[in-house]
Amino acid sequence: MQRVDRWVGLGLATLALAVLWSARSFPDVPGQKLGAAFLPMIVGVGLLLCGLALVVRSFRGSAYAEAEAEAQATPEVEEHFGSAVVIVGAVLAYILLSERIGFLLIAPLCLVAVFLALRVRWKTAGLCAIGGTLLVHVAFYKLLRVPLPWGPLTPFY
Amino acid sequence: MDAIADAFGLVFEPYVLLVILLSAAYGLFVGAIPGLTATMATALLVPVTFFMPPVPAVAAIVTATAMAIFSGDIPAALLRMPGTPASAAYADEAYLMTRKGQAETALGAGLVFSVLGGIFGVLVLSLAAPALAEVALNFSSFEYFWLVMLGFTCAIFIAGKDPVKGIVSLLIGLMISVVGLENPAGAPRYTFGNAEMMGGIPLIPLMIGMFAVSEILRYAAVVAKPVMATERPFGNVFAGMWTLIRKYPVQLFRGSALGTAVGALPGAGADIAAWMAYAMSKRFSKEPQKFGTGHVEGIVESGAANNSALGGAWIPALVFGIPGDSITAIAIGVLYLKGMNPGPTLFVNNPQNIYAVFIVFFLAQLLMLPLGWMAIKAAKRILHIPASVLMPLILLFCVVGSFAINNSLFGVSVMLIAGIVGFCMERWGFPVAPTILGVVLGTMLEEHFFSSLIKADGHFLVFFERPIAGTLGVLCLLIWLWPVARMLRRRAAA
Repeated sequence: MQRVDRWVGLGLATLALAVLWSARSFPDVPGQKLGAAFLPMIVGVGLLLCGLALVVRSFRGSAYAEAEAEAQATPEVEEHFGSAVVIVGAVLAYILLSERIGFLLIAPLCLVAVFLALRVRWKTAGLCAIGGTLLVHVAFYKLLRVPLPWGPLTPFY
Repeated sequence: MDAIADAFGLVFEPYVLLVILLSAAYGLFVGAIPGLTATMATALLVPVTFFMPPVPAVAAIVTATAMAIFSGDIPAALLRMPGTPASAAYADEAYLMTRKGQAETALGAGLVFSVLGGIFGVLVLSLAAPALAEVALNFSSFEYFWLVMLGFTCAIFIAGKDPVKGIVSLLIGLMISVVGLENPAGAPRYTFGNAEMMGGIPLIPLMIGMFAVSEILRYAAVVAKPVMATERPFGNVFAGMWTLIRKYPVQLFRGSALGTAVGALPGAGADIAAWMAYAMSKRFSKEPQKFGTGHVEGIVESGAANNSALGGAWIPALVFGIPGDSITAIAIGVLYLKGMNPGPTLFVNNPQNIYAVFIVFFLAQLLMLPLGWMAIKAAKRILHIPASVLMPLILLFCVVGSFAINNSLFGVSVMLIAGIVGFCMERWGFPVAPTILGVVLGTMLEEHFFSSLIKADGHFLVFFERPIAGTLGVLCLLIWLWPVARMLRRRAAA
């Protein structure tokens, strides 16, 4: 946590500087000394101070003694970041491709990818992907009239 | 009186009753699956409620959350995995009771005291909210400014262990609220020339990302294998409950009162209420040595607390538009979408809608007894559904739901980014509640600050001149200065 805090602190401080820099150009409310820049300025200064506080604190071990003891008391768990990355990738693919190839094609593909990343067997994954897509299609497109894209399937629309 | 009759008419309609029943089943199911929280249940409901009239939309949220907070107790008792964070405080206790062969008592106490605590919370809500609204009708921008500040203060100092990280979370929320055209000067801020950013970051996709997608990512990243504590069929879960009520009336009342109060404080909800109630129960217990060995007393008190917190959270949400917890933060978004803008005037202009919300609350608590009993009976079947099959389907639901709010992929992008941010924040020890509060209240803060500033005409002391504004303001300053004073005193002593 100590190292995380240091990097997050640095990141926040950088973000704060960017916020402060860009807020200079915001106009004032007519007749007032303050304006659109006020809240961003407060946020920027606050983030800068907190970011620096995190960095300073990360160099003092005493602030983390309690958290360390707690972390050692809880048993280690297996972690699979790969699966989380696949999920992010699947949503990205949906954002980029859904308009072009349509909901009915992209949704099952994304679903299968995520099912497999979560170690569901092939057969179950395939069936659930098709079933889930049809279910969501009926619920949102048919019942709630959300205009889900059709892509190349438009002739069958 | 007419308004109350109208409210009954609004609720006891076949469509609304069907919505209540379905969302109850949905809430019980979502709450019982570890990894799916009550807040996530709410966020996932929003795209569907989007297409409903106001009363059934709010009814769906109220019912589903009440049920989910109770049914979170089921996997806590059987798998040692709290179904929702609100059950985490006593998950060990309930699990140990199950191991000792007292699963019925653990689950029964969870159910019965959830209902009783819930009813207490609703009673306070339906009595306090209209009275508060009366007072709030006279509030000016000064009072609202300090109320928002007090809300932020509570979220940072009560909700989190680490105030620095709490402040960062709040500032990130404020930063998100800054995006767009909606500000006193009407200037585009951080829109990067994007037309959709002009309207600001859409709230609902943001919530779906923060509370549902982040949860899915967490599930994917951390693998935990639950072990069922008991495989035998359950007996009568209501056996011995009357004895418990007579044995622990003080605990029931104390837990419910604490839960309602914590719920009403912005940023702190059912989960924190349960932790605090459990700690209080242990502290005042005649048998504190029994806590942590499978003792029902703590379950009685914190089980009542987490359900009463739900009613409490709606008090500031309805009266001031300040959410008491993450669930009401989402609900406020829904109220705005439905044209039921929260605030004291809602009680004057649309009292029938408010009373309808209260009636739904009562109905949900009463329905919890039979439906909760059925959920406990079906528990093992529900818990055998593999989460790995559910999670991808929920993800697709999140994607389409975020799209449906504005029929735009921008919502899906916001959802994805919010999901990643929420996931990282949780891992790195930043509480999410202050961020949500910042997002929901940022615009309100700015608006009230600037109208106060114009009225004050440069004299800052005017912020303290009205009696209620002054009290709230001084209270805020005292809470801010308290840690500094304590540090100085410690230094002086050293």
